[in-house]
Formats: sequence, structure tokens, C-alpha cells
Amino acid sequence: MTDTALEIAPGTLPETVLVTDAGFSRDDWSGPETRTATLAPDDRAGELSDRLCGLELIRVRFPAFADGRGFTLARDLRRMGYRGRLRAVGHVLADQYAMARRAGFDEVEIDADLAARQPENQWRARANWQAHDYQARLRGRSSGAPA
Amino acid sequence: MYRYTDFDKAFLATRNAQFRAQVERRLKGHLTEDEFKPLRLMNGVYLQLHAYMLRVAIPYGTLNADQMRQLAYLAERWDKGYGHFTTRQNIQYNWPKLPDIPDMLDALGEVGLHAIQTSGNTIRNTTADPFAGAAADEIADPRPLAELIRQWSTDHPEFQFLGRKFKIAITGSADDRAVTAAHDIGLRIVEKNGEQGLQVLIGGGLGRTPMIGQVLRDFLPRADLLPYLEAVLATYNQLGRRDNKYKARIKITVHEHGIESIRAMVEGRFAQIRPDFTGADQALLRAIEAQFAPPAFRGGNTEAHDAAYGADPVFRSWADTNLAPHRRADHAIVSISLKAHGATPGDASADQMRSMADLAERYGYDELRISHEQNVILPHVHKSDLPALHAALKAQGLATANIGLISDIIACPGMDYCALATARSIPIAQEIATRFDELKLEHDIGPMKIKISGCINACGHHHVGHIGILGLDRAGVENYQITLGGDGGPDATLGSRTGPGFPADEIVPAIERLMLAYLDLRQGPGETFLATYRRLGADPFKSALYDSARTKAA
Ligand code: HEM
Ligand code: SF4
Repeated sequence: MTDTALEIAPGTLPETVLVTDAGFSRDDWSGPETRTATLAPDDRAGELSDRLCGLELIRVRFPAFADGRGFTLARDLRRMGYRGRLRAVGHVLADQYAMARRAGFDEVEIDADLAARQPENQWRARANWQAHDYQARLRGRSSGAPA
Repeated sequence: MYRYTDFDKAFLATRNAQFRAQVERRLKGHLTEDEFKPLRLMNGVYLQLHAYMLRVAIPYGTLNADQMRQLAYLAERWDKGYGHFTTRQNIQYNWPKLPDIPDMLDALGEVGLHAIQTSGNTIRNTTADPFAGAAADEIADPRPLAELIRQWSTDHPEFQFLGRKFKIAITGSADDRAVTAAHDIGLRIVEKNGEQGLQVLIGGGLGRTPMIGQVLRDFLPRADLLPYLEAVLATYNQLGRRDNKYKARIKITVHEHGIESIRAMVEGRFAQIRPDFTGADQALLRAIEAQFAPPAFRGGNTEAHDAAYGADPVFRSWADTNLAPHRRADHAIVSISLKAHGATPGDASADQMRSMADLAERYGYDELRISHEQNVILPHVHKSDLPALHAALKAQGLATANIGLISDIIACPGMDYCALATARSIPIAQEIATRFDELKLEHDIGPMKIKISGCINACGHHHVGHIGILGLDRAGVENYQITLGGDGGPDATLGSRTGPGFPADEIVPAIERLMLAYLDLRQGPGETFLATYRRLGADPFKSALYDSARTKAA
């Protein structure tokens, strides 16, 4: 699986689309890059433990949608107490949107090609990710997102 | 037996609607073939040699009569009139068309069945002892915990895109009938100081690198199960190799990092995850347990059984092989063999499924089980009903008296259905069964597990067969390798290879020589093949296999 989107530093191109529960939008992050961090699938959440308080946006890269390590990274970051924006960046499918939200991501950033192939309605269809969530039920929470 | 809650029903309906949309989006090009593949796999749809295959989960092997009838309906409506029970408590339909599959899933949903996570790099259907809740030797029924695991693993957001498939099995009895040691995680209910807990095994698996699971935690309190499983899975998700499909299973992760280091990582994570679980899971577990309360067993004497046992040798032979001790002395566990001599192991026709459903309703408190040995089980039958049940089974061709014997063979689909196969396995099973039926040696030989796989992926569990047969491709010719001494029970052991393999037309005579040698070498009818093998080692069996072949060749 190749994905060229990830060769480009996220945020520098208008060629990417941000997906949230509200649908598609442009990246609205305008803070300094010093307040951001980017993790690759084989990084560990612990690598950021010293900087966590100073971070407002953490990007977790998904070079290939079939590599699910980023979901565990998201859980780990939330469990470490990170409360800032958490973004999945790269080859994430509309079908994975609910998983990403439940794992603790706030948003997904995809490239324009993918956004064209999987248009907004296909993502919106998963905006109800808080429903039908076994994890929330087993943990006694109303929604799936880790506290 | 577990009945779906409103939550389960709504979840499943939504999930099926999602898959229906995914099929449409694939057909319209919104999803590429690569992107669609894991999505169809996590919904049980597999691409086989000739067609798509749908693998339906039979959670912890338990079905009621209506569910069995629905399986029959699917076989008739969308397949060729039969289904194939697998070694992991699933049923496979080998000929559905992709556009029909969403309808099949909806039909399954009507009776609380699904195909979720029966394929793909996800946590698969959790398997359990097929005698659960009925066996005389049980510490506790493992199915409530298996159902809890089903709910936890279903659509778990963190573990839908693992490095490789992940299989969990659970047993509540010391006589491990769920082959827990050959699973990524094996769970065994144990008792310590009057408290029930779980022994957790990790890293077992067959396939091209067979390994027996190692103990990760000797005693895990029941209430810690989900956070502990989550710690193991998260550790594996991060650590497991993704560079090489053949090194991606957790058994390789454990092998490469060592059990001590894995244990340290898992325990560290467990400490972090444990506080996430504040008791809601235990409240759900109690509700689940209430649903698994045993049926209201009826009393009454067993005279009808005792009389038939004394008078009818056909009934007696069936009763001797196909019954297992029930927790109540006046009941029995009945195994229905899907291994009639010459039939395809594990196949059942729609008619047979319906008859079994009817019999379960009539004599078996509406319960059926599927065993990993590919047979169907009626877990609770009052002994006085056994003669009538036997007569009804006989009329349907379902009274083969061979459970645990040489013709009760596990065989994977092999070259007849599987795209990965290097050799046929079903026909070899059929020939062995037919041959020993002709020789009338089956009952003399006694307990014997032959397991056949059509390639090194080992879906037929050949490594843990007393005799394992592995079909390979040697320069375009099928060649069958034999392993001896494997055992899938509590002291799981991998079989050892005897030497060079045999071509298709020599494998049955080779097995025959092995059996004749065993009958010769054993200390008496009480000494099983496995015991004789353990006492004498491989040498006398190797000479039975190879010396005579050499003589013949000379
Ligand atoms: C205003 C209301 C809604 C609209 C306009 C809407 C529209 C859509 C559209 C356009 C699609 C995508 C079809 C495609 O694949 O091209 C879709 C899919 C879907 N919708 Fe909705 N929807 C609505 C409400 C809901 C609700 C309330 C639910 C569930 C409770 C729901 C569940 C789904 C599901 C499960 C899919 C399939 C998703 C997939 O796997 O791709 N929708 N919807
Ligand atoms: S063992 Fe090989 S041939 Fe048999 S079902 Fe598995 S992959 Fe196919």
C-alpha cells in the first residue's frame, strides 16, 4: 500500500480535508508548530510524555489504512492524560471514522483524492459513532471516547 | 442460552446495514478492492478458489433449534443445499454470490447470528468447550465469559486492523476440549483457594510455525479478564511484526521477545487499563450468567436406555462411542457424527440440519453445539430418550458410531475449495474412513485422532493429531507428510515428522501399516495408540512406515 499524501507535511497543502462529526472542512489549526507533534505508527506514546502539557495538536500518521497501530497510540495518549486535539492523518477510510473517534481521535485529515472518492456523506454516515458501542457499555460510559 | 438484548439487536442491524452499503460502495468504486478486502473479511466474506465464501460464527459453539434451522435455510436459499462446519465453531457456505451476502447476513440477524470477525486481522470468534454447561468434569461453564469476550471484541475500535488474525479459546474443564494451547490466547478456568480464576496461555498456534502456548498469568481473577485481554492485544498491536505476514502472529512476537519481556509489558499496560473498567462489565457478566442457567432437567428413570443397551448391539456400539458423561447421572451428552464413512468431514445438508434441530427440540432442551472436531452435539439428553433419539438419527444417516475413532477425522477443505491448498485433504479423509470401515478394525483400534491439512497453514490441526497428515506439493505432485504423537488435550504436544512423505495413492496403505503395527505393539486393548507411541517412541512406527515400503520398492 503506497500513499503519497504522507510524504507531504500535513497542513502545508490546501490539498487535504479535515473530517469531524460535522463533515468536511479546511484545516483550521493556526497555532505554532512547536505546540504540535507527529507520531508514526511505530512510535510510542511515551516518547511525548515530557512534552505532553505543552502540546495542543498531536498528529498520528496512518501511512496505510490496514495498519491499526495508530488506534492504540490514540488510546495510550488519552490514557496518559492528553486532552488536546488528536488527529489521525493519512489513509483512513470513512469506514474507520467511528473507530478513530472511539479510540480517542477528534478528527481525521485525508487527502483530496480520498475525499473525492469517499465523499462527505460516507463520513457523515459514521458520525453517530457514539451509538451501538460495546466498549462504552462495558466501561459504563455513555460514549465510546476514552475519558 | 444467551438471547440477544435490544442493544445486541440494534448493533447487528446497523452493522449489517453498513456492510450492505460497503458492498454498494465497492461496486460503485468508492472503495478500492484493497480497501474493501479487510471490510468484507471482518464481515466474514472470504474469496476462495471458485467463489466467495461466507463464514458464519457459532459463538462458543452454541445454537438453538431455530438458529440451526436458519442455517439450513441459508444453505438452501443461497448455497448448494449444505454447509460446512469448521474446526473453529463456524459454518461456511462455499457458493454464495457477493450481492446476496447482505441478505444472508440479515437472515442470520433475525435469529441472533452473525459473521462478524470470522475472518481478517481481527479478534476472531471465541471458541469454547463444546460440552460446556453439560460436562461432568467441569469447574464452571466457560460460555458466559466467552459471551463477555464476544461483546468486548466485537467492533473493538483499537483491534480491527491488527497485524494478523487473533484467536481466543476458553475451557472450563481440566480435560481441555477447546485446544486452548493452540490459540493466540488460551483461557482455562481454574480454582485456587476456593476462588475461580483463569490461567492465561499466550502464543500458541499451528500454521507454518506450530507452537504450544505458554503460561502468561497463572491465576487471573475473573473480574480482570477484559482489561487483561486488552493489555495483551494492545501490546501485540504495537509490538507484532507487520513487515512479514508469516512472522506477524503473536506466537512469533512471544518467541522473538521472550515470555518474560512480554509479561512485563502486558502487566505494565494492565495496570494502566484496569481502572477503565469500573464494574459495568461485571454487571453485564452477571446478566449473561443468568441466561446460561442450565435447563430444568427432567427426572425419571433410565430403564428404556438400560434395556436397549442390553438388547440392541447397534445401539450399544453407538452409545459406547458417541456418548459422554453428563453432570447429571440420568442424562448424557450425545455427539452426532458428521463423519459418515466416505462423507465430507463437517458437511451437513439442510435436511440434516433441520432433523438435528427437531431432535434438539424434542429430546435436547432446544440446545445444540458444534465441536472443533466438526461434529454436532446435543449436550443434554435424558437417558430414557436415547433409544428413540438413536432410531431417529439412524433414519437420517446420522447415527455413525465413530466419535473419537479413526474415521472421526478432522480435514480442512483443501484443494477442493481452498485457493491456498497444495493438496487435497477431503478425499484422503474419505479413503481412510472407507478403508478402515472395510477392515472392521475401527473399534479394535480405539481412540484415534487423525487430522489432515491441505497446506502448511494447518487449518486441519494436523500438528495435534495423534496422526497428522500434511498435504504438500512436490514438483506438481501431491505428497503427504505424516506426523505422529501430536495431542490437542491439556498436555498439548506437537507431533513429530516421521520422514519422507507419501504420494496420494500410498498414504492410505501407510496409515494401515501404522495401525497394524500399533495393534501388534500395544500391551492390550487398554493401551491407546498415543500411549503406545509415548511408551515406545517413533522407531517401531517409522519402520512400519518405511521398511515395508522399501521392501516393496526393492
Ligand atoms: C438526516 C439523516 C441521514 C441522511 C441524510 C443520511 C444519508 C446517508 C447517506 C447519503 C449515506 C451513504 C450512502 C452511500 O454509501 O453512498 C448513508 C449511509 C449510512 N447511514 Fe445514513 N443518513 C442519515 C441518518 C442516518 C442515521 C440516523 C443512521 C443510524 C442510526 C444512519 C446510518 C447509516 C449507515 C449505517 C450507513 C452506511 C454507512 C457505511 O457503511 O457506509 N444514517 N446515510
Ligand atoms: S490448511 Fe491450507 S488448504 Fe487447508 S484450508 Fe487451510 S489454507 Fe486451505
